[in-house]
Amino acid sequence: MQYDLIVVGGGPAGMAAARAARDQGERVLLLDDNPGLGGQIWRGREDLRLEGVELGLGHTLTEWRGEAKRLILACGARELLLPFPGWTMPHVVGAGGLQALVKQGLAIQGKRVVVCGSGPLLLAVAANLRKAGAEVPRVAEQAPWEKLLTFGLGLWRWPSKIFEAVGYATSGYRAGLWPVEAWEGGVTLSDGSKINCDYVACGFGLVANGELARLLGCRMNGGLVAVDDWQRTSVEGVYAVGEMTGIGGVEKAEAEGRAAGARQRVTGNWGAFASALAKTFALREELRALATAETIVCRCEDVRWGRIATMGGKRQARLEARCGMGACQARICGPALEWMCGWGPENVRPPLFPLSVREFLRDRDEAGHPPTGHSL
Amino acid sequence: MKIRVNGQEVEVQAGMSVAAVVMNLGLAARRSVTGEPRGPVCGMGVCFECRLWVDGEGPLRSCQMPVREGMEVVTDAV
Ligand SMILES: Cc1cc2nc3c(=O)[nH]c(=O)nc-3n(C[C@H](O)[C@H](O)[C@H](O)COP(=O)(O)OP(=O)(O)OC[C@H]3O[C@@H](n4cnc5c(N)ncnc54)[C@H](O)[C@@H]3O)c2cc1C
Ligand code: FES
Repeated sequence: MQYDLIVVGGGPAGMAAARAARDQGERVLLLDDNPGLGGQIWRGREDLRLEGVELGLGHTLTEWRGEAKRLILACGARELLLPFPGWTMPHVVGAGGLQALVKQGLAIQGKRVVVCGSGPLLLAVAANLRKAGAEVPRVAEQAPWEKLLTFGLGLWRWPSKIFEAVGYATSGYRAGLWPVEAWEGGVTLSDGSKINCDYVACGFGLVANGELARLLGCRMNGGLVAVDDWQRTSVEGVYAVGEMTGIGGVEKAEAEGRAAGARQRVTGNWGAFASALAKTFALREELRALATAETIVCRCEDVRWGRIATMGGKRQARLEARCGMGACQARICGPALEWMCGWGPENVRPPLFPLSVREFLRDRDEAGHPPTGHSL
Repeated sequence: MKIRVNGQEVEVQAGMSVAAVVMNLGLAARRSVTGEPRGPVCGMGVCFECRLWVDGEGPLRSCQMPVREGMEVVTDAV
């Protein structure tokens, strides 16, 4: 099957890209390893449609063989989870993670949830959990008030609604506060307060899902995919849109997706917006030292901080302690260690776990060159 | 619809994920390599903490798996 465009990722960015290309008469295939469209923010919504675009969702794609002239990566982001004592206990869940699980049917009515970590997502999560009937006694944001205020005052400059958040303005919100230890039935925060709760919803911001871009050889810039004003990466024919190019929320994702799909220059100052967000919610130094020697850092292989703290980098930690060698392929401990120790990302080796894409790449590997028509 | 979790019959709604069902029962999804109980963390298929066994197959990520009538779920078996 010959496509003009393959889009990887069915979140706001990928959907906008597919739609824009379709409107120009292109033949488009969109892949996502999720069973449904919508990405993170619209997960589980059943009204999403992409008429005139072929969809490959979930695992059904293992048999697929495809070719395309252009590839748009719209792989989004995942939460940054930092190790602290007790973070592996089952009541400690990602902030966006808990929200996703509620969308999947987790009963949250009447449960007590402490939301903590960093970023605008905490506000969205707290608001959504409350709407679903949870009690949220505390929302702890590690960034200091001064930074939040500066950012808030500058908001009028941005066309974005990411701080609908401001409208979410929320009881129990505290700046300059972070979790230091989770224990059975609760959590202790950095001001010494101990709060009983059923769940600790904890995320320290978002990190781009850059693995596929790295694998394809796209130039990266501080964990993000480097792109020009047309969303083109350093690899010919490969574009990147949405959270992969800078954490900036749904409007940025859609604007970039539309531009890349239609081969147009992106409008709006999204790069500056993403940097302002990153600066505002930059993680404080204290968070590097939350883990004790006993704290598990690699959750797959149960590697403790004391075992690797003095090592020279990820490679040594992997070879000598199996850190990052487990099922998640360092998706969780990798970004945490990058931030805690300044250890750089390693080269990504195939196979990536989403089968759909692995299959796409296998075409390329077996023949020794890209599928016909693909300008990789 | 009904599924079985560790042999016990559970009433669930279509559209729920197996991860949500298991959490609602207060069960951990798996045991870590050193024996700690673990449950879902990311809810989006990335962390692999929600793995368990379904109809004799596994370990599978339960957050990516919608419930199906009659499915047999086994936790803690990793
Ligand atoms: C857990 C979580 C919850 C969030 N909740 C909110 C919220 O409530 N409100 C809000 O405003 N923002 C939320 N965000 C922020 C969110 O990142 C943006 O709002 C927006 O969804 C980003 O759009 P996107 O299209 O760039 O990426 P996403 O929406 O992340 O979409 C990326 C898609 O690509 C797929 N994918 C990734 N890699 C591959 C691959 N290799 N093969 C196949 N498919 C792949 C993913 O499964 C996903 O569906 C959340 C983020 C996270 C991580
Ligand atoms: S909860 Fe993380 S993979 Fe399922």
